[in-house]
Amino acid sequence: MATTDVALHEASGRLEPKRVVNNMSIQVATVNGSGSQSSNTVLLRSIFQMGVPVSGKNLFPSNIAGLPTWYTIRANKDGYVARKKEIDFVVAMNSETAQEDVMSLAPGAAVLYDEPLNLSSLRSDLIFYSVPYDKLVAPVCPEAKLRKLVKNMIYVGVVAKLLEIDMGEVEKAIRKQFAKKAKAANLNLSAVQAGYDYAASNLPKRDPYFIQRMDKTQGKIIIDGNSAAALGCMFAGVTFVSWYPITPSSSLPESIIEYMKRFRIGPDGKATFAIIQAEDELAAIGMVVGAGWAGARAMTATAGPGISLMAEFAGLAYYAEIPGVIWDIQRVGPSTGLPTRTSQGDILSTAFLSHGDTKHILLIPCSAEECFTMAQDAFELAEQFQTLVFVMSDLDLGMNNWMADPFHYPEKPIKRGKVLAKEDLDRLGGFARYKDVDGDGIGYRTLPGTDHPAAAYFTRGSGHNEKSQYSERPDDFEHNMERINRKFETARSFVPRPEVSTGKSKIGIIAYGTSHWAIIESRDQLRKEYGIETDYLRLRAFPFTREVHEFVKQHDRVYVVEQNRDAQMLSLLKLDLEPALITRLRSIAHIHGLPLDARSVTDELMTMEGK
Amino acid sequence: MSTTPTSTPKLNRVGLSVVDYRGGKTTLCAGCGHNAISERIIDAMYEMGVAPERVAKLSGIGCSSKSPAYFMGRSHSFNAVHGRMPSVATGAMLANRNLLALGVSGDGDSASIGMGQFVHLMRRNLPMIYIIEDNGVYGLTKGQFSATADLGSKLKTGVINDLPPIDTCAMAITLGATLVGRSFSGDKKQLHSMLKAAIAHQGTVMLDVVSPCVTFNDHEGSTKSYKYMKDHDEPLQEISFVPVFEDIAVEYDPGSTVEVTMHDGSRLRLRKLEEDYDPTDRIKSITRLHEAHDAGEVLTGVFYVNTQTPSFIDLLNLTEQPLATLPESVVRPGREVLEQAMEELR
Repeated sequence: MATTDVALHEASGRLEPKRVVNNMSIQVATVNGSGSQSSNTVLLRSIFQMGVPVSGKNLFPSNIAGLPTWYTIRANKDGYVARKKEIDFVVAMNSETAQEDVMSLAPGAAVLYDEPLNLSSLRSDLIFYSVPYDKLVAPVCPEAKLRKLVKNMIYVGVVAKLLEIDMGEVEKAIRKQFAKKAKAANLNLSAVQAGYDYAASNLPKRDPYFIQRMDKTQGKIIIDGNSAAALGCMFAGVTFVSWYPITPSSSLPESIIEYMKRFRIGPDGKATFAIIQAEDELAAIGMVVGAGWAGARAMTATAGPGISLMAEFAGLAYYAEIPGVIWDIQRVGPSTGLPTRTSQGDILSTAFLSHGDTKHILLIPCSAEECFTMAQDAFELAEQFQTLVFVMSDLDLGMNNWMADPFHYPEKPIKRGKVLAKEDLDRLGGFARYKDVDGDGIGYRTLPGTDHPAAAYFTRGSGHNEKSQYSERPDDFEHNMERINRKFETARSFVPRPEVSTGKSKIGIIAYGTSHWAIIESRDQLRKEYGIETDYLRLRAFPFTREVHEFVKQHDRVYVVEQNRDAQMLSLLKLDLEPALITRLRSIAHIHGLPLDARSVTDELMTMEGK
Repeated sequence: MSTTPTSTPKLNRVGLSVVDYRGGKTTLCAGCGHNAISERIIDAMYEMGVAPERVAKLSGIGCSSKSPAYFMGRSHSFNAVHGRMPSVATGAMLANRNLLALGVSGDGDSASIGMGQFVHLMRRNLPMIYIIEDNGVYGLTKGQFSATADLGSKLKTGVINDLPPIDTCAMAITLGATLVGRSFSGDKKQLHSMLKAAIAHQGTVMLDVVSPCVTFNDHEGSTKSYKYMKDHDEPLQEISFVPVFEDIAVEYDPGSTVEVTMHDGSRLRLRKLEEDYDPTDRIKSITRLHEAHDAGEVLTGVFYVNTQTPSFIDLLNLTEQPLATLPESVVRPGREVLEQAMEELR
């Protein structure tokens, strides 16, 4: 749709505006620390409340105040929520980036700018609106120090007028945003009104963009992936959380803290959980391992650098067979630079995290709904398989606002895996911790504190026999390693299956996580613009299930789309597929740190198809 | 054939004999101080009547960290990774607050690779006993200096240590541990009493126990040898411990003896060998440790005790039942909670 939906089109020899309804990308360029987040959320919610599908993506710097930040709101009647490459409507509030922001626009885009920036002379093929924010803000906000924040609410009013967003919905969104602060709500409302009134009297509509009521968001919620994960963990019965602050994962445990304080304090006023801010990620995972060993549903959340630090313990947990859940909210690589940008760059390193032979179960959510459900899956699998389970989210999913269907209450009871209690030991007389009794590779464990003389076992790393006694015997080691591998093979039938949409196409696409949203749009582009049908498999877990092998078998060419440089998932697939199938895999990899957009996928796939 | 006369073994208050507190056969060197410490742990646990099933033994990596395999075989045990036992202990204790966590570490495991976790464990006052079996060298990697080796001490190879030692006791007191002392693996009576007090204490207990390495650090020029300790050990007190279940009323002179009532009502009695020393004065105890160090003395005894500071479990306001075994009805909120959360997001 995007390329045909141009803002202006030639009709009877002159340019005439065409109405573009519920299909636009609005970008707000501000300076971070200026309070624009509230304004942008209000704008997003207002459109959402009008029944129009929306997504909001915050492109922010690793900084607290003073550096450029961009917030993009996409409204799309067809429900596309991926980042849109083309920007249709810019709100330019940042003098530092204004020129570049304007120069990069496609002809016909609209620019709403702060009057002193004086942007209208830059180009003649754009539609400019100028607003004297400072003059407008002074009368509505007598307190000078608040003006910087309130100023941003003015553009909400201007945009509302220009796009015809219902002011009743804007007010509702503001009341929600400032739910506990009536005074702040009123102040912001009057700023919005001032912007609206100014636009009504001074800015005749010249751009083609409109928001019109629809009914496509009825009953839906807006939530970021980290909060959805937090809710999922709470309903999964998490009892222990350790964490070390790192972007973009911090809001996950912080959200857990908020929810647990409200909903997991017992009638006696006591906490049914422990949440510890650890001294580093080494300790965060160590605490998870200790708590998991002692029987708690234990988890931590981190990002790539934390995952690296957790490597040693991850290996111990793998060998000692201790359950735990680790959320990796992936972001761009080490140290300074792009830590606040999204990525899928931890796939390979996490799949094999640690030294020696290790491989871990990965779950890969693509949506807020899946952050909620996979939180529960992760704990179930971790305890069933007595191993760590990594949930591979990313910054785009974790920190941005997403529309979602309301979450379903978990219907399955919590299962704690193979744990022997005192009564079991009374009956059995004893047990061997690492013996494969059931043929699935999974042994039985006891928890410390179990009141039975035969309950204890000695937990250690690589060198132990079935009874968990110290052993350096080659056969003990080999048998143990084979058994642990058997667990992994068993896990193939228990991890979330991929989502497959197959027709009769020879072309297959494999993607995962947040790339999904660009893929569904790209497949429509390929169909509508090029007449190319594609089949699609969305991976949801590692180890790969049978469906993945089948899918590759059924297609001549399989494009593996991912957000990293080295085609990491493709590499994992190569290790798993039969050799004859490997040559069918082709990589479409993106590494710009921005959420993946459909157009880039479409263009690259067409190039690789030789068209 | 003669038969040995059967004698009924002496049972403690939970009906167990000392045999029930033994572990596997030690694989440490004959004469290693660590074996003596294991023996003291067995005796103290037995005499205090601690059910072995309640104890979680935790260790890092090193000779000392191997030793939990050699005592209390009826207790769960976790041999973690190098220097990271404190975090495992923290997770385990919070998952099950009814456990008695006994951590065994070494000077390398705690004062070098594990320093980050050591200091943060101390500042949380997590209820656990943390023992450093301190011999000044890395035994398992064949005798390199550790960070507790004294300035000027000499390796067997003739290498002289030219960096000052870390005093783990002074650190522990500074950071917030609430029962801190130093002992010597060769001082049976002192270590025994200190361990019993440690079992009764509810907070972080940090005991640095000098424990000579007979293979790599027991020679002339070592400051962690048996001989050096016999010559330089300066006990601060004569320590005795009266458990709560032994109702013995013994008169003592408040002028010469400090009596500390432990959390469970047991009494720790410290007969002063140094008149002015007050083990409840945090600042002065740290000063005294530094003075002793400058004077070349190896001060031993209970340096600091504080039964008032709330433990980490109190701070976290944890429910009485272990988190590990809370039922689904407690850990999964009801449907109405999810409904409410969803409504707030609409």
